[in-house]
Amino acid sequence: MNALTLPTRRDESWRYSDLQSVERVWADLDPAQTLHVPADSHERLRVDALPESGILRYDVTVEANARFDLHCLLMDRDYGRVEIAVKLGDGAHFELGGAILAKGSQVLEIVTDVEHVEPNGTSNQTVRSVLADKSTGSFLGKIGVARDAQRTDAAQSVKSMLLDRGATANAVPQLEIFADDVKCAHGATVGELDRQALFYMATRGLPPEVARGLMLQAFIADAFIGIDDDAAREALEGKARDGLENLR
Amino acid sequence: MLNIENLHASIGDTKILKGLSLQINAGEIHAIMGPNGAGKSTLGYVLGGRPGYEATEGSASFDGQDLLDMDPHARAAAGLFLGFQYPVEIPGVSNVQFLREAVNAQRTARGEATLSGGEFLKAAREKAALLKMDMDMMKRAVNVGFSGGEKKRNEMVQMGLIDPKLAILDETDSGLDIDALRTVGAGINTIMRKPDKAVLLITHYQRLLELVEPDFVHVLANGRIVKTGGPELALQLENEGYEAIAEAA
Ligand SMILES: Nc1ncnc2c1ncn2[C@@H]1O[C@H](COP(=O)(O)OP(=O)(O)OP(=O)(O)O)[C@@H](O)[C@H]1O
Ligand SMILES: [Mg+2]
Repeated sequence: MNALTLPTRRDESWRYSDLQSVERVWADLDPAQTLHVPADSHERLRVDALPESGILRYDVTVEANARFDLHCLLMDRDYGRVEIAVKLGDGAHFELGGAILAKGSQVLEIVTDVEHVEPNGTSNQTVRSVLADKSTGSFLGKIGVARDAQRTDAAQSVKSMLLDRGATANAVPQLEIFADDVKCAHGATVGELDRQALFYMATRGLPPEVARGLMLQAFIADAFIGIDDDAAREALEGKARDGLENLR
Repeated sequence: MLNIENLHASIGDTKILKGLSLQINAGEIHAIMGPNGAGKSTLGYVLGGRPGYEATEGSASFDGQDLLDMDPHARAAAGLFLGFQYPVEIPGVSNVQFLREAVNAQRTARGEATLSGGEFLKAAREKAALLKMDMDMMKRAVNVGFSGGEKKRNEMVQMGLIDPKLAILDETDSGLDIDALRTVGAGINTIMRKPDKAVLLITHYQRLLELVEPDFVHVLANGRIVKTGGPELALQLENEGYEAIAEAA
């Protein structure tokens, strides 16, 4: 059972959500799953499908010099959300690779809140969205750097590809930095498939749907490039490939 | 093989080709030269079917089929290859993957059996060696981070693997160093100089034409072919420039 009050549009991290869908599942929603990554260890979490409710929430503490990797693929839900709060200890690392594939009027989002609590922590977040029809794909990424968290290095790269005019991409970084020796890099782009490249591929004999598929697979692959287990990476890429085919 | 009659073409509202006629038969090598902005690349793009390049009048047939009525990928499957003046980068898609998909898409369209991974790699190794291109480059993303000359050489590796009937090569010689030019010239001869194939070379330089000797040389100016001759016309152009010849025509 979920004891928290239902979010509203005024809650910063729910501003692009489909709140009607949220309301339907809210009461029965599981609480955020708590994960603890002990010092010097490396844990990985891969999400290749969303639950029935569409919503997954994690609360992760990464101890000194440990590392946590989350790779997730969001698709196949009218409303879907992966939400993760991470606290990073001294020298700890958080890696996020997220892919969003949406069509119709689907609303899919990734919401992160990364707290660099101690010095020397690093985080790297990569999100790639392919959005068809009137769908919405959002990334809200909050990065907090505490006063003592010197030499923090936090990066976000968010790219969205709109396949149709009616699709919407949101990328909202939010930085709260209280230390002075900090590197924070954020990049966000929204684009369409490169027509020049599509024509080039056609002159080599590739039908439009094959050319498009190759380019979109390559685009999405950025999100999974950090998966260190080849079989796991290929499995996730395969699911994404099927998902891309279903966008049309 | 290729029969272009009175072709007019526009990009948006701008008329670029204004009544161009050209016939290329199997076994022939043609060269088109002409001043910057004359419409040489436009001719290649119109024949390749680039969106936005519209043929407004005239016709172009390829082996008896109406070329202008076919989709770009169908033109390729029918045997037309376009070597780009500025080859396009495709981030994240490797040369090997791109070309295997392309070759097999063409074979499927023609009703031929597709190549297995092994068969394809063997052919790729052979063509890369012919063009002196490192196999490591074949594994890299298409043209991404390639130098100007490497991109042109890659175009020729692609041509070798695709094995077209007609190749339109738009300034494939520009940007090549002296040795690379020789390699590419020899590559064009090996791949394309056959009785059932033909080549249309678009170039500004006599040097390529010494390596790949054309049967015909055309001058394209102002959207039309204004003069046609043999290899000696290229030499004359080099000595006298376009202006004198275009005006005399
Ligand atoms: N998108 C466009 N809109 C309008 N005009 C264009 C467009 N693209 C090209 N042109 C014009 O079409 C004309 C022909 O260009 P084209 O590229 O075919 O010339 P070219 O003969 O290949 O020249 P070069 O020798 O410099 O390669 C030029 O005047 C060019 O400015
Ligand atoms: Mg040109």
